[in-house]
Amino acid sequence: MSSGRCAACRYLRRRCTEDCILSPYFPSNNPQRFVSVHRIYGASNVTKLLLQLPTHLRAEAADSLYFEAQCRLEDPVYGCVGLIFMLQQQIHAAESQLVKTQAEIAVMKSQGQNPEAQQAEQDFNNLLLQQSDNDAALSFPNQVSSGFI
Amino acid sequence: MRGQEPRSTSSCAACRLLKRRCNPNCIFAPYFRSDEPKKFAKVHKVFGASNVSKILIEVPEEQREDTVNSLAYEAEARLRDPVYGCIGAIALLQRKMIQLQHDLALARSCLARYTATPSCIGSTDVPVIADPLGDFPAGCGGSIDSFSWNLSYELNQEAHMYDFSQIPYV
Repeated sequence: MSSGRCAACRYLRRRCTEDCILSPYFPSNNPQRFVSVHRIYGASNVTKLLLQLPTHLRAEAADSLYFEAQCRLEDPVYGCVGLIFMLQQQIHAAESQLVKTQAEIAVMKSQGQNPEAQQAEQDFNNLLLQQSDNDAALSFPNQVSSGFI
Repeated sequence: MRGQEPRSTSSCAACRLLKRRCNPNCIFAPYFRSDEPKKFAKVHKVFGASNVSKILIEVPEEQREDTVNSLAYEAEARLRDPVYGCIGAIALLQRKMIQLQHDLALARSCLARYTATPSCIGSTDVPVIADPLGDFPAGCGGSIDSFSWNLSYELNQEAHMYDFSQIPYV
């Protein structure tokens, strides 16, 4: 019965069996999803990848493959790596802003405190403690090497 | 002997892996040198040589090196994390961005209390960073929120998995 085929089997023009590994993640009501993934990875590679995963992780894997495939179709040169690059730039800018604001606070503090600012300082000390914990855990190198391995 | 031709000693990594003759017009040869066999092996395992070839043909020649490098990065990420691939790295960076935005808002609020001028609250001459995915192609930026992050580990501890220094686009 052709009406029971998943999007993958329909696209590949094959019979969709009951144990089709792709059918739970590429339903017939969203054919574009499989087309995108197939164009970038190929049905065979997607099947191999899903097969090596436990069943409860396959849905997430299929979603991430679809996301990356969409990124690559929209930006054939950089794909989702362009997004990583953009986020890194934004993080760098935000860190710079934070350092600048911290410096301004330090200047204001050194020029004399007011009663309201004492509570602000306590909140901010807690923030600094938190931030140093985050920095220790998420310490990405800033330098960029010249190429990939 | 009939048809005997000297073996090419300059096959690129792709043709060597695919066990075929590397002709002068090989699309892979400029980007997958024979001394980097792992690079093509990873890309081929994730995307397949045929799909990589189609992608390269679609992009201008001057952008092919960047294309190959980004494919290699994605392949590496996918092999390291078969479930999330690069999405894990993106989620990590997004989390850090959100945390930074929160910290920055707190710091600005703190600064505003010191200045004790209402108009100074949240206002500096530096632009506020809004949606971290705002400038990215809509098809990608909109769908990442749909992930159900059922991560069983602390993302912070997995930060070392992603070598962001290898991105040569900064």
